[in-house]
Amino acid sequence: MIQIKDLHKSYHMGSNSLHVLKGINFNVKEGELVSIMGSSGSGKSTLLNILGMLDEADRGSYVLDGVPIKNLNEKIAAKYRNEFLGFIFQSFNLINYKTAVDNVALPMFYKGINRKERVEKARHYLEKVGLADWSHHLPSELSGGQKQRVAIARALASEPKVLLADEPTGALDTKTSYEVMDLIQGINDEGKTILVVTHEEDIAHMTKRIVNLKDGVIIDDSPVEQVRAKQHV
Amino acid sequence: MFNVERWQEIFETLRKNKLRTFLTGLSVASGIFILVILLGFSSGIENGVTSEFQQDATNEIFVRTRITTKGYKGLNPGRRIQLKDEDFAMVSNNYDEFLEYRTANYSIWGGQVAYKNETGNYRVQGVLPDNQFIENADIGKGRFINFSDVNENRKVAVIGNKVSQDLFKTENPIDKYISIFGIPYKVVGVYFDPGGEREESQVFLPLTSARVAFNGGDNIRNMSFTVKMSENFDEAVAVSKNITEAIEKDLKEKLIIAPDDTAAIRVNNTLEEAQKIYSLIDTIKAVFWFIGIGTIIAGVVGVGNIMIIIVKERTKEIGIRKALGAIPASIIGMILQEAIFVTMFSGLFGLIAGLAVLEIAGPYVDSPFIKFPQVDFGTAITTVFILVIAGAFAGFLPAYRAAKIKPIVALRDE
Repeated sequence: MIQIKDLHKSYHMGSNSLHVLKGINFNVKEGELVSIMGSSGSGKSTLLNILGMLDEADRGSYVLDGVPIKNLNEKIAAKYRNEFLGFIFQSFNLINYKTAVDNVALPMFYKGINRKERVEKARHYLEKVGLADWSHHLPSELSGGQKQRVAIARALASEPKVLLADEPTGALDTKTSYEVMDLIQGINDEGKTILVVTHEEDIAHMTKRIVNLKDGVIIDDSPVEQVRAKQHV
Repeated sequence: MFNVERWQEIFETLRKNKLRTFLTGLSVASGIFILVILLGFSSGIENGVTSEFQQDATNEIFVRTRITTKGYKGLNPGRRIQLKDEDFAMVSNNYDEFLEYRTANYSIWGGQVAYKNETGNYRVQGVLPDNQFIENADIGKGRFINFSDVNENRKVAVIGNKVSQDLFKTENPIDKYISIFGIPYKVVGVYFDPGGEREESQVFLPLTSARVAFNGGDNIRNMSFTVKMSENFDEAVAVSKNITEAIEKDLKEKLIIAPDDTAAIRVNNTLEEAQKIYSLIDTIKAVFWFIGIGTIIAGVVGVGNIMIIIVKERTKEIGIRKALGAIPASIIGMILQEAIFVTMFSGLFGLIAGLAVLEIAGPYVDSPFIKFPQVDFGTAITTVFILVIAGAFAGFLPAYRAAKIKPIVALRDE
């Protein structure tokens, strides 16, 4: 699903140049649930941004579902993001004046799906994350866990190839974190490819494979025994 | 632009952001509202002043006499100057080539006019046929005094519309007899005057008949002329001014009045006055347009300003939308379409409100110098569109910049 070869990325701040990614090689097969770990400054967020086409690599190749991702203009990047990727953010990033169901329906608006179908599908995904009764609430009326579930429903709504989660439990307490991880595991069980960036060991161990990043290189990449979040809920 | 989905999205956004929508709308609507009121009053002043002038011909030269205030050539001050037919004839002959219409009047103030049981006091004047054009009288029914009336001393009268309404009510006054100080006159015409009721409260008789009835001999109370208008207004004003001065000089010589006695004889020329008033109207119009354009500029800056704030406020939302697959054009389109819709809607609202106020309050404006304040609808619509286009233009830059924002920057947690 994802093939990355010799990926480099550096940031220039005035005269200083910060080499963040120093040759990343890694592949993700369909249906995998991978966590990317590393301390802050290890380059894990940069890697995720490149995977998410929110940022572009200086060097190296990135192939997503057989499509080489390079020399993207804004328009094509937007199209690919819409088609291939679903984002889950640490701070949820819901649009605060839209209800849960409208937030979930938004990616489908950019896909060009008509309103009736959008709402129908959005309801379906809200039901899937257990928030059917909350569909007409604004984000401000939801708890952190509920907001993240809405965000997950939204990420699923565009039926992406890959889900990218950037510290999805970073703003949540332990119990809620496990609930969210349970949901993510459930989605993975249905065959969706998911990448999770985290710095929490317990969250990482709920995935099937841990990639450890340090100073811009992968220092460890090994499958792990998956801990089911359900046991902790 | 005509995508239903897009409009739904925009209406939803506007509905969910009522305060922002309201404030943007208010600044635009009030701008247009003020502009409409200003333009309305500008045209009201123009209408008012113009109609004040239309009561008589604008190119009139009016001669009337009073009492001398200065001794001259052995004559004492305090002498009443009386114009005679020969004076009228002299002026008419001397300046024949420059004059268009001419009339000599013999007026009786507070003439009691009666028809059956209805009576009223009106200004009664003996006039010559040309008076119709000098007074700007429009004949509604019948005809004006003609030369046969004058030559044959006919006892006929032309009455103003107000007189007709007062004395005849709904009856047709033509060929009926009115009595003036007991003398019957046949009504041959009814006239209207753009100057309004005051100007329509007069009765005109043939000059000769009036003098015969009221012992006028060959006396004239006053005389009026109009000068021929040339293509060039300034030139006409100059001609009018020269003739006015020349007439005054001739008459002073003939009637033995001191050249510096300004009270004994007055020769006024309305064209010069008209020129002053017209240039005043132009100035007022220019001032109002200046204020109006200033208002529009303020409105445009306001819209642009609000757009910048909107974009700033929505940076994160724009980042989210981009991450979810919105292309830059759709972001620009969204912001502009929203801005154009709000400015257009509120602009039209301000326009309609302004027009409504003019329509409702206009008739109550009771000033001779402000009449029918109204706005040319085309002009108003044009200004709304200028505002919308300028507003959109002012909004484009921030929208464009917004579309360029990288999602990672927009989504960065503070």
